[in-house]
Amino acid sequence: MAKLTLSDLKKLREEKIAELNPRNMENKDAQVIVGMGTCGIAAGAKATFDAFVQELDAQGLQNVAVRQTGCMGLCSSEPTVKVVVSGMPEIIYGRVDSETARKIVNQHIIRKLLVNDHIYDRPAADIVH
Amino acid sequence: MHPTISDAVADIVQNAFEAAAGWVELKMVRQGDALRVQVADNGRGMDEQTLKRAMDPFWTEEGKHPGRKVGLGLPFLKQTMDQTGGILEMDTAPGRGTVVKFEFDLTNVDVPPLGDLAETLSGLMAYPGGHEFVVSRREEARGYDVKRSELRNALGGLESAGSLALMKQFFASNEEELVGK
Repeated sequence: MAKLTLSDLKKLREEKIAELNPRNMENKDAQVIVGMGTCGIAAGAKATFDAFVQELDAQGLQNVAVRQTGCMGLCSSEPTVKVVVSGMPEIIYGRVDSETARKIVNQHIIRKLLVNDHIYDRPAADIVH
Repeated sequence: MHPTISDAVADIVQNAFEAAAGWVELKMVRQGDALRVQVADNGRGMDEQTLKRAMDPFWTEEGKHPGRKVGLGLPFLKQTMDQTGGILEMDTAPGRGTVVKFEFDLTNVDVPPLGDLAETLSGLMAYPGGHEFVVSRREEARGYDVKRSELRNALGGLESAGSLALMKQFFASNEEELVGK
């Protein structure tokens, strides 16, 4: 590890704040919520989460928050992701790997087109409640 | 005996914080086989009787730690010094503050290991209060100096988990450079 100076430390802090910016809800008009319950994590939700953060960053989208939540009740279809974009229905996507995550960013968030082959129904109310 | 030198340093520095000091300075200097540590503060200080009692492990300042009946920092340090051929000196007076100097003879096999100094120093920096805490660390000719206020300026705050992790990274990198890892 190279010796850190106080200015290095300040720079590191700013980098970490920038990294955390996608999780901040302020000034955001769209949300990507990744199910990170045990089932989601076991199915690779961490890589999915990272893929969303990287793709949003690559596309320069600062207005999209990426958050995590627990199990959405669709354990057989993990990793699951809920996408909330104003003017569009709230969609739950299932089996979202890194490639699908990038597709969701480019198709759903940027072009406002649903990624049809990954849309899942909400679980039945008696399962959720 | 403290498990590590870092634990001893943490105890003595914490005593200084708890003595209502506005300024605390920790100097750690390694020269040859000696590690000299000095903790100076401008806190309440102690009269002769209090100083004597501070060496009693079954005495602690009233109200300092509610429910606790022991005060082990200084007694443990004295025990370590007695057992390992080290030196412990204290200079204190009411209203003037306290200076605790101790020197480890690193050739003695019973001297505790240094421990995780980066973790210790970052924890001490995050200790709540409006005091200034200055760390001056030297190993032979190399070393670093850092103030709590400088770290606060760089990090925006010291108490958050993120700041603690960054401080630890800062101290660890400086310690590694010192010991030539």
